[in-house]
Amino acid sequence: MKLKVQASMAIAATMLAAAGAFAPQVVEIAGKAPAQMAAEPETVAIAPGSFDLRLPGEFLKNDYPVDAPLQATKVQRGFAIMKYQVSAADYARCVADGACEAPEASAITAGDDMPATGVSYRDATAYAAWLTERTGAVWRLPTDTEWAFAAGERYADDALLLDSNGSNPAERWLARYRSETGKSEPDPEPKTRGHFGTNAKSVADIAGNVWEWTTTCYTRTRLADGAAKAESLDNCGVRVVGGKHRGYMSYFIRDGKSGGCAAGMAPDNLGIRLVREPDSLLARFRKLLPAKVA
Amino acid sequence: MLTRREALLGTAAGTAGAVLLAAMAATPALAQVPAADIKSLPRQKVNLVAPPFVHEHEQVATGGPKVVEFQLTVKEQPVVIDREGTTMRAMTYNGSIPAPMMIVHEGDYVELTLVNPETNEMPHNIDFHAATGALGGGALTHVNPGEQVVLRFKATRTGTFVYHCAPEGMIPWHVVSGMSGTIMVLPRDGLKDGNGKQLTYDKLFYIGENDFYVPRDENGKYKSYETLGESYEETLNVMRGLIPTHVVFNGKVGALTGDNALKAKVGDKVLIVHSQANRDTRPHLIGGHGDHVWEQGKFSNAPAKDLETWFIRGGSAGAAFYTFLQPGVYAYVNHNLIEAAELGATAHIMVEGEWNDDLMAQVSAPGPIRAI
Ligand SMILES: [Cu+2]
Repeated sequence: MKLKVQASMAIAATMLAAAGAFAPQVVEIAGKAPAQMAAEPETVAIAPGSFDLRLPGEFLKNDYPVDAPLQATKVQRGFAIMKYQVSAADYARCVADGACEAPEASAITAGDDMPATGVSYRDATAYAAWLTERTGAVWRLPTDTEWAFAAGERYADDALLLDSNGSNPAERWLARYRSETGKSEPDPEPKTRGHFGTNAKSVADIAGNVWEWTTTCYTRTRLADGAAKAESLDNCGVRVVGGKHRGYMSYFIRDGKSGGCAAGMAPDNLGIRLVREPDSLLARFRKLLPAKVA
Repeated sequence: MLTRREALLGTAAGTAGAVLLAAMAATPALAQVPAADIKSLPRQKVNLVAPPFVHEHEQVATGGPKVVEFQLTVKEQPVVIDREGTTMRAMTYNGSIPAPMMIVHEGDYVELTLVNPETNEMPHNIDFHAATGALGGGALTHVNPGEQVVLRFKATRTGTFVYHCAPEGMIPWHVVSGMSGTIMVLPRDGLKDGNGKQLTYDKLFYIGENDFYVPRDENGKYKSYETLGESYEETLNVMRGLIPTHVVFNGKVGALTGDNALKAKVGDKVLIVHSQANRDTRPHLIGGHGDHVWEQGKFSNAPAKDLETWFIRGGSAGAAFYTFLQPGVYAYVNHNLIEAAELGATAHIMVEGEWNDDLMAQVSAPGPIRAI
């Protein structure tokens, strides 16, 4: 309720600002608001570089599933990514503003130091849009490549490295099951911020027990001889989630366990970590203005 | 049917042997063996094994009837029933949910010592669906904390049977808090396919399915309690709604998946015994079948063949015999799939071996749609 009042005050302030009058008063109102405004989340600067990326999606060769190609990948431009996952409290502010839907009831955790979980891809993008509006900086979900690069040494290559010819499909199913079982976190309860420590790039809690949405679509690719792509098909109804092992989730799934298949291991929780776009000239100019009340 | 040796044992007693033999021939299950003769039977002490495994046993009995001794100790303890750490105040026999499986042969005597340690809060007892009289033994086995009791009953009917706690006034609460198990009474000559052909299993998987009813707090979070007594009333309220919060195999969501997945090989003959003391269920092996299924679990009836899904009535245990034909990761589920996927009733079986292309092949892998 309190938040709603403040939101309408903010709107009033905007109108006043537009009218060009009572400027000091505007500043005063805006000055009271920041406690409820989304503070600029702490980010980590990921320096440009290159790494070997196991491509996401499924790959077929001679009609048999094979490991995805390992691709030397250059990250030309550095980027800023949230040091911590979006907190339950920050997500709740978006809900209070009416811009986000409440997370799945069974996943509601409270507090600044708990990650938001029980959120779908839709929820994650809604949150990014809200935060963008709130802070004036542009926030978005990372791509799978950005996520994997930021995860650094915690990024798990999901190749199975079987040397069979693929004529026994069960070998891959069993190997995948063993591999994911081995990587699964024994305790799926979300933990307080920092519980899983930081990686070498100072990103906290990445590849803990909360998987993070990326913008990358599921794709199935047929490889020609060599590693050339013969043909491929995207399904953007399913997005890649980054975590202990790469997952693929329908965009509306909020509980990874429900979205899992009958005979596999599912992500424990689904959460959000956003990338901040470098400020545009306009945004930098806006920041000089006294009130970011819009 | 009685074996020749059983009949001989009857005459050896020398008490009105001819009459006894005649009576046995007419209604073998009702034949009375004098207590003195039971005392002279060989005794075997069995150490029970926690599910999904079972104690070592013969499928075809090599000797005559025995007195088989088991011990169950009641353990009241908090038990974690899902991956989120929801903790239920459980009541168990020997600390496992389900309680361990006992295996004997028809004509054997089951001699159970039931121990209720002083540290417990509640009185307990045991009702064997395989036993005859006294509420399945329930009326003769009431033990308060600090007491123990010994019950003997004759295994007169073959099959898989539930046993469970049944204290007056609190039966369903004890049962849905974990106090149920299974006894399997094998025919002395083992399992048959209905046409007289022997069925010998390489492995036995013992699946106990439980429905749990855990109260939630005002925020929707599962509650935990300090004592059984404190948990009683609110748990009963959830129970009365008849909608379980958890439906699980072997006491916990994920008890038989991941590191705990069951294991087999192509060619393995597996007997899956599925026990549910309280509520109907419908086991299904995804990608496999029930070659020979005793849905009601009673081996005097010929098994049904080639079932896709079988029905286990609440308060009974059934058995399905299957030979694995393909490798892979199988899901064994309660085919109310909501209960399987959302409430927990899923087990995984990892089966190693050679793929059989004749049974199944992916003729063309998924790819763009071609003109038809
Ligand atoms: Cu009891």
